[in-house]
Amino acid sequence: MRKFALTAIAAAFALTAFTGTSQASGDAPVPKAQDWSWQGLFGTYDRAQLQRGFQVYKGICAGCHSLRFIAFRNLEGIGFNEDQIKAIAAEYDIEDGPNDDGDMFTRPGKPSDYFPSPFPNDKAAAASNGGSIPPDLSLMAKARMHGPDYVVALLTGYEEEAPEGFDLAEGKHYNHYFPGHQISMAPPLYDEAVEYTDGTPMTLEQHAHDVVAFLNWTAQPELEARKALGLKVLLFLIVLTAMLYAVKRKIWRDIEH
Amino acid sequence: MSAPVWNNKVVKWVDDRLPVFSMLHHSAYEYPTPKNLSYMWNFGSLAGFVLVTMILTGIFLVMNYTPHTDMAFDSVERIMRDVNYGWLIRYMHVNGASMFFICVYIHIFRGLYYGSYKAPREMLWWIGILILLAMMATAFMGYVLPWGQMSFWGATVITNLFSAFPIVGEPLVHWLWGGFSIGNPTLNRFFSLHYLLPFVILGLVVLHVWALHTVRSNNPTGVEAKTPQDSIPFHPYYTIKDLFGMGIFLIFFLFFVFFAPDFFGEPDNYIPANPLVTPPHIVPEWYFLPFYAILRSIDFSIFGVPAKLLGVLAMFASIVVLFVIPWLDTSKVRSSKYRPVYKWFFLILFIDCFILGYCGKKAPDDYFMGIEGLHVIVMGQLATLYYFAHFLVVMPIVGKLERPKPLPASISESVLKGGANA
Ligand code: HEC
Ligand code: HEM
Repeated sequence: MRKFALTAIAAAFALTAFTGTSQASGDAPVPKAQDWSWQGLFGTYDRAQLQRGFQVYKGICAGCHSLRFIAFRNLEGIGFNEDQIKAIAAEYDIEDGPNDDGDMFTRPGKPSDYFPSPFPNDKAAAASNGGSIPPDLSLMAKARMHGPDYVVALLTGYEEEAPEGFDLAEGKHYNHYFPGHQISMAPPLYDEAVEYTDGTPMTLEQHAHDVVAFLNWTAQPELEARKALGLKVLLFLIVLTAMLYAVKRKIWRDIEH
Repeated sequence: MSAPVWNNKVVKWVDDRLPVFSMLHHSAYEYPTPKNLSYMWNFGSLAGFVLVTMILTGIFLVMNYTPHTDMAFDSVERIMRDVNYGWLIRYMHVNGASMFFICVYIHIFRGLYYGSYKAPREMLWWIGILILLAMMATAFMGYVLPWGQMSFWGATVITNLFSAFPIVGEPLVHWLWGGFSIGNPTLNRFFSLHYLLPFVILGLVVLHVWALHTVRSNNPTGVEAKTPQDSIPFHPYYTIKDLFGMGIFLIFFLFFVFFAPDFFGEPDNYIPANPLVTPPHIVPEWYFLPFYAILRSIDFSIFGVPAKLLGVLAMFASIVVLFVIPWLDTSKVRSSKYRPVYKWFFLILFIDCFILGYCGKKAPDDYFMGIEGLHVIVMGQLATLYYFAHFLVVMPIVGKLERPKPLPASISESVLKGGANA
């Protein structure tokens, strides 16, 4: 048993050494850890925050970034009802076809449609953004080291002037957290970038947090179901294992070992 | 041992024609097991449990996965989002791979510590290493399937290793790829093999258990069971102990699945593969890191043999050397419990493997644990040196020179003295 404990400690040590620490690409600082409503065993999403974040995405980010793994029907997950979803979908023009004449046509969106991409293809996206392609945001909160904390830091980490001596290329912007500090995305957020109707302060910080919460939901829409099921499963297993232990003790009672 | 008498008519009818029940009875009830096995002996059955879990979750994943470079990434996301409990199946499969290696690595270190590779268990040990090799191939090819950035670039780095071999190198790599670059044919063959190999592993496990039942389990004293008092029937004693261990293990495993499902993963693999953009750091999964460190630590050529080839050879040698340790170990004593000197070398080897893992994760010119002046590459070289020295030098020499502690006359004796629970 003692050796078992030693092994467990060594393994835990190794795991911490292997993960999290590899921020080798030197100069970008480690983003500040934020408080998120979904953290911890019991964490859940804050529906109001997700809806505000959706508003930010729709009002600002959607101009450049696609969200191709999310369908309008999925917005049920952030608390919209069927009618609201129909209305949101209908605001979008979706290309469909070919029709019986063999022509493509546009029609208003339906709940089963996916969010349309702002650019017809990567070349067009790059051409409009100084050669850089705005990445799809569906999985962004999982696709970077430090996930949501990084994206908040990125969105709020701009500097109007590059520091003295820094050679900022034409059309690039200085950002503390982007690897290499030169990013093609102009600062997308600022105070009062979108109009909140629920009285939440419309600061850059707040906008950034809200949109990142939304993006965390787009990356892990299953999070709440996952944690809820996890609690039940673990509770069951703990009870079962305790019982197995009792049975084991009983069976082994007469064995000298 | 005589065949049992079956009272149930159906059981008897079947058993007379195909003696499955006699066989089960023989390998569970009659199978005598040392009574002093510690919890270190739980990891074999745990590994077997994970293997079954991997095969089952894998089969359900395949029902919704599309092995095409244009669709693989999206099909995985559809599993995560649109397939009922798809996220659960995928996260179990992903984390299950890590669990498999955790179990098997503990299982191997257990064998190393208690000398379970020594006669008469050499074949058992070899089959185990074959299992390890097959697992590595399976895990490597499985990691390619979601076709994320790390899938693509990991596959690029690893397959390129074969180009290190003179003359045959390049054709070999093109043959592996099924073309002149990694592409759809590569993904398809990896998918095919990833489905096949776990069943090869299953077959190897059958052989492994067959060999085990022939030579019987070793135990913490390393002294073979002699009298009937030394052994107990496998069932119910070890069935219940294995079940209890499985409970603990499931809590550990499923904690990750439900609460930290991406803990072992690389964020980059949530970016679709892009042959035009190289990620800044290409790192393999954690369970390959020690081997990756050995590969990279050879950055010099010897007698005109290029560094890359030496690195590849060293990496393969790090596993091949395990095949010969039954003869490299010259000690008459199996269990390190009674080997006051070797015990410490074992501990060094254990730590050495973690150091190698750390070095595999970091960039070569980083500082090791932030120690100014000590580069990861240098530390990796030292750790590689010790790894091989342990098997090739320490094992033969310490075995000869060391004075083992007196062995207990039997398992029962050691149990009565209360010293067996290592
Ligand atoms: C005017 C177009 C534009 C808008 C609007 C925009 N972005 Fe971007 N974004 C870009 C471009 C271009 C890049 C690629 C930058 C590069 O690679 O240099 C990018 C990159 C990013 C990245 C990836 C950074 C990395 O680590 O690679 C994130 C995250 C991001 N944007 C989030 C957002 C969010 C959130 C919004 C809305 C609040 C937003 N963007 C609005 C153009 C835009
Ligand atoms: C799929 C992977 C594996 C499975 C399912 C498996 C299964 C088992 C089982 C059930 C046992 C008996 C219980 C135990 O002692 O833990 C066992 C014993 C053993 N295994 Fe494995 N094993 C696997 C991999 C390996 C590997 C990779 C090695 C070594 C390289 C290995 C070496 C051994 C040895 C030496 C024994 C006998 C140990 C003893 O009794 O002391 N096994 N294995």
